[in-house]
Amino acid sequence: MTTTTPAVRTTYRDAMRAAIRDAMQRDPRVFVMGEDIGAYGGCYAVTKGLLDEFGPDRIRDTPLSESGFVGAGIGAALADMRPIVEIMTVNFSMLALDQILNNAATLSYMSGGQLHVPLVIRMTTGAGRQLGAQHSHSLEGWYAHIPGITVLAPATVADAYGMLGPALDDPDPVLIFEHGTLYNVEGELPVARDPVDIAHAAIRRPGNDVTLITYGGTLPKVLAAAEELAAAGVDAEVLDLRVLRPLDADAIITSVARTRRAVVVDEGWRSGSISAEISARIMEAAFYELDAPVGRVCSAEVPMPYAKQLEDAALPQVAGIVAAVQEVLRTGG
Amino acid sequence: MTVFPDPDHARDLYREMVRIRRFEERCVELYSASRIRGFLHLYIGEEAVAVGAMQSLSADDAVVATYREHGHALARGVPAASILAEMFGKLEGCSRGRGGSMHLFDRSRRFFGGNAIVAGGLPIAVGLALADKLRGEPRVTACFFGEGAVAEGEFHESMNLAALWELPVLFCCENNGYAMGTALGRSESETELTVKAAGYRMPAWSVDGMDVLATESATARAAEGVRAGGGPHFLEFRTYRFRAHSMYDPELYREKSEVEAWKLRDPIAAWRETLVAHDVMDEAAVAATDAEIAQEIDAAVAFADAGTLEPTEDLLRFVHTEPSS
Ligand SMILES: Cc1ncc(C[n+]2csc(CCOP(=O)(O)OP(=O)(O)O)c2C)c(N)n1
Repeated sequence: MTTTTPAVRTTYRDAMRAAIRDAMQRDPRVFVMGEDIGAYGGCYAVTKGLLDEFGPDRIRDTPLSESGFVGAGIGAALADMRPIVEIMTVNFSMLALDQILNNAATLSYMSGGQLHVPLVIRMTTGAGRQLGAQHSHSLEGWYAHIPGITVLAPATVADAYGMLGPALDDPDPVLIFEHGTLYNVEGELPVARDPVDIAHAAIRRPGNDVTLITYGGTLPKVLAAAEELAAAGVDAEVLDLRVLRPLDADAIITSVARTRRAVVVDEGWRSGSISAEISARIMEAAFYELDAPVGRVCSAEVPMPYAKQLEDAALPQVAGIVAAVQEVLRTGG
Repeated sequence: MTVFPDPDHARDLYREMVRIRRFEERCVELYSASRIRGFLHLYIGEEAVAVGAMQSLSADDAVVATYREHGHALARGVPAASILAEMFGKLEGCSRGRGGSMHLFDRSRRFFGGNAIVAGGLPIAVGLALADKLRGEPRVTACFFGEGAVAEGEFHESMNLAALWELPVLFCCENNGYAMGTALGRSESETELTVKAAGYRMPAWSVDGMDVLATESATARAAEGVRAGGGPHFLEFRTYRFRAHSMYDPELYREKSEVEAWKLRDPIAAWRETLVAHDVMDEAAVAATDAEIAQEIDAAVAFADAGTLEPTEDLLRFVHTEPSS
């Protein structure tokens, strides 16, 4: 991909770290809190070096107490601080789900608009590294079910950097899901470092024959599938949702209305999922534009297995995406 | 005062600890060769805890452990071959290759995992013990966890439930000083862990986790207390992990000199010296033990190598219990 604005190449991890550093320099209310973010250097090294730069008050190592420190983040946000809380892995966020759902997402509404929780929670999500069933799930779709929070899934280096600023500016809780396979991915980070919007989906590859809708860690797989399809004469559009809640329904509908076919690719489980929601939205708003039923490629409905061949089989893969697209192209008028 | 055990038993303790050490060392090699994948947490340095503690448990008792559980599984009698096959992702593994290093299970040996959520095993141990209490079974459930778990709500909820209901749980806290990179003093306002148990009116004591006789006798005493109807007991084993937290840890949080100082207290070397001093083992016996273990582990690797990969058609099996299995 070429860019018109000057950019540097960097990794997703480094972009995320730069975003945290810049936010901390900009606003003294910003601090980071989480397990092993300081002395250890961050379990995925996102916060590496920040302890030396900002000290232990603002790069605050916590004990293993997910419910406690997420709740403390909510409290500090109520008091107009700007906490960034890191949870090592989405599976561990289950220990803090009570605080996220019953407090963070709810306090503004339940207080009749008196209280605000300008909290950012970052966490790793996703499979593909043979970490088994307690470290590999993609639960961001679950979180997208909850009114009162914004759910972000940066898939590119530019978004890894750019989304944090606006997330901190948001007066309400924002959850950022970082797919574990993306940290080492390199990409272009605009030198200007302008904030990006956290309201819209983005077309990562324009096309006319079918719309592939995805986000986060599956974007690279979907782009690879689009290349394969191009070689076979199929011109696929790739839409990166970026924001899972609130969904950018306009972008979805506009693209699908043009291509008349859609396949949703999501690492979450199929039943009751974000892919189901997207499919329903398309059905509600673009039923008569469709030439074929919406296709879906999701993870198998199993706790993620360790063995590589099983994990590979459980996850959306390029070949499966290509096959699903071909199926959608075969059916309908 | 601990009494010196009979020579056969003394040698058994030694062999079990060396088995774990050599097994873990082989795991490092296999991980470097990408035969083992995912996260790998080694028990090197902590062998005296599982080996000593396991001596007081009978086949009817239950064991609950963490993701750093190869040693517990081995000491519990789970065959090295089935553990390695598990880490190779093979069907012959103790969890059919679905769990990996962090999720070893063996129901036949009442080994209930292999839990990778810190403190996640404690409530399960409480429930296993509750079932025993309701059925009037004179069993003990031993629950192993790191000191990092003490900060989690589940630790406190479990301690309270077990004490309140007087359940036969043996809480075995392996205090190796660090939860990943977080030293105990940086994560607990009260670092004397037995004091926490006292808050739940639970008998508790602290044990030298580098001395296999100490871990054995302390566990024997605690297990006896539990079996006698004394309710849950809490043991803190003071130990140290000689290796990184996992294979990805750059160890920025501790001094090399600290690691070296603890290595001088290597539980295996210490026990070997004691055995030699008591004329229970000589150089030849030590070498023979090493050779025997090397053979067992070679055979385990060969077994794991020869294992089969579960066909992907079976991916959906066991999400729910299969009928009539
Ligand atoms: C609920 C939860 N939070 C965080 C983690 C990540 N994690 C895995 S092991 C570990 C450290 C645990 O330390 P400790 O309990 O002392 O056991 P040790 O690893 O030292 O044996 C952490 C933070 C996790 N597995 N589960």
